[in-house]
Amino acid sequence: MQDRNRDTNKSINLNSIRKNINFSSFTSALMAILLGLIFGFFVMLFAKPSSALEGFQLIAIGGFRRLGDVFYFATPILMTGLSVGFAFKMGLFNIGASGQYTIGMFFALMVGFNLDLPGGLHWIVGVLAGMIGGMIWGFIPGIFKAMLNVNEVITSIMFNYIGMYLVDMWIRNSSVMYNSNMTRTNYLPPSAQIPSLGFTGTNVNYGIVLAILIGILLYIILQKTTFGYELKATGYNKHAAEYAGMKGKTNIIITMMIAGALSGLGGAFAILAPSGIFGSSMTYEPVNIIAANGFNGIAVALLGNSHPIGIIFSALFISHLQRGGTLSALVGYKPEIIDVVIAIIIYFSAFAMIMNAAIGRFIKKRIKKEDTDIIEDETEEMDTIDASNNNSKEAE
Amino acid sequence: MDTLYYLIQNMLPVAISLLLVALGGMFSEVGGVINIALEGIMLFGAYFAALFVYLVQGSGMNPQTILLLGMLVAAVAGLIYSLLLSFAAVTMKANQTIVGTSLNMLIPASVLLFSKMFFMSDGVTTSINFYIRKVPVLGDIPVIGPLFFQRTYLTVMIGFALLIIASIVFYKTKFGLRLRACGEHPHAADSVGINVHKMRYLGTSISGILGGIGGFFYSVGIMDGNVNGHTGVAGFGFLALAVMIFGQWRPGKIFLGALFFAFLRTLAYSISLIPFLYNLGIDQTYYRMLPYVATMIVLAFTSKKSRAPKAEGIPYDKSLR
Repeated sequence: MQDRNRDTNKSINLNSIRKNINFSSFTSALMAILLGLIFGFFVMLFAKPSSALEGFQLIAIGGFRRLGDVFYFATPILMTGLSVGFAFKMGLFNIGASGQYTIGMFFALMVGFNLDLPGGLHWIVGVLAGMIGGMIWGFIPGIFKAMLNVNEVITSIMFNYIGMYLVDMWIRNSSVMYNSNMTRTNYLPPSAQIPSLGFTGTNVNYGIVLAILIGILLYIILQKTTFGYELKATGYNKHAAEYAGMKGKTNIIITMMIAGALSGLGGAFAILAPSGIFGSSMTYEPVNIIAANGFNGIAVALLGNSHPIGIIFSALFISHLQRGGTLSALVGYKPEIIDVVIAIIIYFSAFAMIMNAAIGRFIKKRIKKEDTDIIEDETEEMDTIDASNNNSKEAE
Repeated sequence: MDTLYYLIQNMLPVAISLLLVALGGMFSEVGGVINIALEGIMLFGAYFAALFVYLVQGSGMNPQTILLLGMLVAAVAGLIYSLLLSFAAVTMKANQTIVGTSLNMLIPASVLLFSKMFFMSDGVTTSINFYIRKVPVLGDIPVIGPLFFQRTYLTVMIGFALLIIASIVFYKTKFGLRLRACGEHPHAADSVGINVHKMRYLGTSISGILGGIGGFFYSVGIMDGNVNGHTGVAGFGFLALAVMIFGQWRPGKIFLGALFFAFLRTLAYSISLIPFLYNLGIDQTYYRMLPYVATMIVLAFTSKKSRAPKAEGIPYDKSLR
């Protein structure tokens, strides 16, 4: 009997957890991931059946072999993810993370190459410059939306292109930054590079630590400050928030500036990172392509349900998948398989909540049914116990 | 004068591609579904059509026949791909912007993946020549001949035909009116017995067809038969959305918008032919940014009095009536 009580308690707990909103978004994220991976597996089967299983294994668990790199490559997408997620809380879709990221990267490069500062200060100024760059690029869609009522999606897409063309031109025209033999930027001076965390065999640096701290800071801003409250209120119902006296337009501009700043930081963290070979650093190749990290940020934000802490984990997860994707080249696949998987994950997470609600209803029905089953079982067992008692009495 | 002829001859294929995709966006949005996925639909249609052309180019068929067949392939491919959007946006009531974004991300990655695995390159390049040096008879008309019927593609004439058909469907048919009702006030439409979900599926499917064709025409008229996953369609899907907003969701104005943007783009890529602009010594990158900057300026002035369909982007829920 005792055991059974514990069991029913557990099912009640499960029930209350299931009703918790964070939990339901967690399961819907899991479902989107699962569907994405299954689809990815089918794509792999179709492309090269002989090594699909091996390749899939590499994608699923290969990242654990390169844990340092997982953290290293998670840094930029964590920042763009926070950027997209933060704007989402306000009901804005910041598809312009790519442009903000690129501009932030350029500002960081400017400081890295053109300023001569002592070691401890140089990279910090570079990171701050990246933040300001991104902030400017986030301010533009914000002001277009608030003042002129232009949809932020179109504005940010246009400014993705404008930013990309501008940065590529500026870099190509700068003799300090651009190495025309390599068609890439030069290596940054060591003082401008973010210090490494010191693990051997990987480039993981203080960028990831800062990024996680920023994520926690955002969580505090959203949960504990008036500004965060106003922001979420505007996101839930714009008109109600306005009626309650919140300044919607100012909040739109500030939100987009913060979102831009976060993406800009991502760009700075990405380009100021030291690279594997001693004395070198990450470089940028101006080839007129929009930065993919901005779009991956959308996936990260959606998977993390726009919750800063959730985004930290989802960034690590996506980065893990990407490392696995790189490893799958060992058995003849191309890393692009991961972009396919990520796109599918976004596609499903857009309506995973709805599917989840349907499945939730289904489970609820099942639990109810099981509860009645349990009661029936109990009565049945009682009968058998009675019967056995009677039997033993009879035996006596 | 020759420079002007050159500019217009080069501008028309660009304009037609933009026009078709923008018309596609229009059909989707007046039905109430925001179609951010046009970029992906274009590339999907273009890729399959290019694959088709690649497979039949050795068979000795007439290039213009191949072009027409390729167009059909692109239309079917675009239609199929747009069903993914309709399913998510209409049936599953998902966030249309997010779904569109994911569909845009999926295609370049898939194209790169398969091209790299099967062709060892970034995409498909066809070697067939669809170029028409001079249309017989019509090409000899003074002024109009050189403008429209010399050094052109069949795509231009098809594009004009599709524009006329689209306008008729939009303004003069029962379907057009019903579709517009579904984008303005779906509940009212439903109350008089119009199946809103079906209409939205149809609107998005038309946009898939036009988007796919537009993508194929882009690869024919602008990329010389190349389709790759790196540059994709270079933001043409998004530019088309801007053209559509510029055109206030009306076919005629969309055509003007497409001409305007195509002119800017052609100008940007032929600076070296225009001595006056070339001698200014401005970095060519500025000219390439021109269409995007122009979009922003245009939107800044038109968005205040925007006549966007009222119910666009809002999933239709019967129970909210």
